[in-house]
Amino acid sequence: MAGKGAGGRAARGVRLTVNGEPVTVSGSPERHLLEALRVDLGRTGTKYGCGEGECGACTVLVDGTPTPACQVPIRELQGADVRTIEGMATGDRLNPAQQAFVETGAFQCGFCTPGMVVRATALLDRNPDPSEADIREALEPHLCRCGANARIVRAVRRASEIARGDRMRGP
Amino acid sequence: MLPPRPKRPWDRTPPSERDYFDVLGEGLVVHRVPLRSKGPERGFSPPSAWIHIAPDGRIRAFTGKVEVGQGTRTALSLAVAEELRVPLERVELVMGDTDLCPWDMGTFGSRSMPDALPALREVAATARAALIERASMAAGGSGTPGEAVDGEVRPPGRSRGTPYAELVRGRREVVPVGPTPPLTRAEDWRVAGHPALDPHARDVVTGRRTFVSDLRLPAMHWGAILRPPRIGARLVRVDGARAEARPGVRFVREGEFAGVVAPSPFEARAALADVEAEWEESPQPREDEAEAFLRAHPRNGDGWEVRSDSDGDPDGILAHADRSIEVTYRTAYIAHVPLETRTAVAEWTGPRLTVWVGTQTPFRARDHVAEALGLAVEDVRVIVPYTGSGFGGKHGGDVSLAAARLARAAGAPVAVTFSREEEFRFGYFRPMALIDVRAAVNRDGRLAAWVFHNVNAGSAGLGSPYRVRDYRIDNELSVSPLPQGAYRSLAANTNNFAREVAIDELAGLAEIDPLAFRERNLEDERLLAVLRSAAERAGWSGWVRSAGRGHGLAVGLEKEGRVATVAEVSVGADRSVHVDRLVTAFEAGAIVHPENLRNQVEGAAMMAIGGALFESIHFRDGRILNPRLSQYRVPRFSDLPELDTILIDRKDLPPVGGGETPMIAVAPAIANAIFDASGIRRRALPLLVDGKLPRR
Repeated sequence: MAGKGAGGRAARGVRLTVNGEPVTVSGSPERHLLEALRVDLGRTGTKYGCGEGECGACTVLVDGTPTPACQVPIRELQGADVRTIEGMATGDRLNPAQQAFVETGAFQCGFCTPGMVVRATALLDRNPDPSEADIREALEPHLCRCGANARIVRAVRRASEIARGDRMRGP
Repeated sequence: MLPPRPKRPWDRTPPSERDYFDVLGEGLVVHRVPLRSKGPERGFSPPSAWIHIAPDGRIRAFTGKVEVGQGTRTALSLAVAEELRVPLERVELVMGDTDLCPWDMGTFGSRSMPDALPALREVAATARAALIERASMAAGGSGTPGEAVDGEVRPPGRSRGTPYAELVRGRREVVPVGPTPPLTRAEDWRVAGHPALDPHARDVVTGRRTFVSDLRLPAMHWGAILRPPRIGARLVRVDGARAEARPGVRFVREGEFAGVVAPSPFEARAALADVEAEWEESPQPREDEAEAFLRAHPRNGDGWEVRSDSDGDPDGILAHADRSIEVTYRTAYIAHVPLETRTAVAEWTGPRLTVWVGTQTPFRARDHVAEALGLAVEDVRVIVPYTGSGFGGKHGGDVSLAAARLARAAGAPVAVTFSREEEFRFGYFRPMALIDVRAAVNRDGRLAAWVFHNVNAGSAGLGSPYRVRDYRIDNELSVSPLPQGAYRSLAANTNNFAREVAIDELAGLAEIDPLAFRERNLEDERLLAVLRSAAERAGWSGWVRSAGRGHGLAVGLEKEGRVATVAEVSVGADRSVHVDRLVTAFEAGAIVHPENLRNQVEGAAMMAIGGALFESIHFRDGRILNPRLSQYRVPRFSDLPELDTILIDRKDLPPVGGGETPMIAVAPAIANAIFDASGIRRRALPLLVDGKLPRR
């Protein structure tokens, strides 16, 4: 890679957008998106749980696709559009998944919740009326160690109702 | 960043000398001073609590308990809101700050409801009475006292009154709780005991809730700890020169501790890889010989309870019994796997240290750090922010101490976050244990003899709720091949698994339905109530005994809570097992926060499925062989059964804890259901081996 500095640093850095805002991430190109978000950019809503893509706590949307941020080196993100939990609400208005998690109390410690909300948001974008089996399948990459799983499934179902209600009412 | 600090931690200061108002501002303080207390108020039950009502309307109540996801923040706040007659949102609960909060032994053993709750209720109820009195005095002191409603004191018959804020303005008043605080009976609760949502839920779903690992201090650096290659290895030689040659990196060695500090986690990990270390290793027990090792290496308790109790002549009866069992039950080491790994952030301000850490024992962590660093306890402050779960896995102060050492050497705040692999390799486990059971039944289906001996499980749940005249129960502890410690419901899981499977085996010998057998031999009415309630909901009708489908039941009485679980399972032709439904009936006295209790019961059931079916730590030569989530399977959405939860609300009984006991009947109920479905009697946890039911 041209312009690679002495300490393995990317001299020019990697440019991407996070929740619509252009940012430049420098440092070693081998660092993962998760650390760039949490440390460089101070977006700590995305959580570290395992470092091998097994728990879902660090799920973000990369160009619209749910992705474990701990598995993506920043060198792969030139020009990427990243959306995190901090970008799910519109101003003060929670998105349907967020609203449903609050309404149904679908968490205990809340550490897995951001990843779950991002996943649920992506699911509903693709499939506005998911079946229980669809929901469980979508959530399978995520762990909730507190065991709020039944509530989380309920929350996603509720989120789809809210989203469809919103759609019917129009923008 | 740092909340205001008292001159000395309040738990270390006699009540009359506490600088409450310098720190909190003017207002009214009500505190609960345990009788006979002079100075540090430790070991009293219920413990201390205090509450402050400020002229700006702010209400802060203080407890030494911590919130690690079990929901006590909201549950305890509900009780305070109830007694103070304010909406839940008005109550701010300050938890787990060793400078500001009452001393507490730790958040474990389901003690938040029996200990912290009554103390907080008492201070809040006393504060309400004091406010009513202030209002009455302000009105001239004559006539009928007013009523506290919605944060104000209203004179009799009026619909508007004086807000609390106004009543405490310009005052600096400390009121102790008297001998008979005016508590509100559970039957009369209007806030507590009713559905409520976590007022801070919005922060959770927007990513704004700040967990320990999310804290960022100015100039904060990142630490990484040098780790031994295997258990029992000692550091012989270490050279950090190459690591320190990296920009911004500091190498630190203090005795057996070595680590690095760097400007980012990535650089810290890279620098750690450059540290050259030599270790002296010692032979460690193998997994396949661990059970024999446990039996051969007894140890004294070391703080773990050893119990024994007996009556009659169980051995004499067993010698002549024609319907008896003599079996050994086993449990593997399992890990807590809290989703947030152990994390601490340490900051020095001159000689004084503050550590933010995800621990269940902040006061113990404070004492541990002070002692290890030669500091006065007063100079160490431990604060527990929101923590991403614990399950008994976050006791103690190791990560706090590491962060404190690194921060001191670096001259900057330092964060240390365990990797998932460190969490597995350098935490501790629920113990591997053996339980030897010998028992007999009479022809009429009554227990005739009961001998129950456990090796290395611990004492909780050792006592049996089944009526039997001739019995002996005891436990011993062992030198453990792997580090072991607390776990959600710890030994009650293990002892209850052994007992409830044994009871099923005895029911089989007696040729009596397991429900009827339990009804015949149990005497605790509350336990019978949950048993009947779960059996009815599950549609219990005796053993199914059909190929591939089965159900099983189990009960448990622990920490004054009563639980019964009915499990329905399917066993595939390939001997895979799926739990299809878990019906749980639970009773824990008066229910303070129903939705949270339900959440806890469901969560306990889900978590217990892992330990029941597949969780097991594997090891060899002092190394953990499966220290990753890709290698250590915990329950996922595909494991989620239908959960049917029945809560029995006993408003006439004091509330007890609900986070642990709902777990303890799950594994035996599943084991009994598997027997029903397959005829295979499994006596070891996990019940599956490599994901399948073994042939025997």
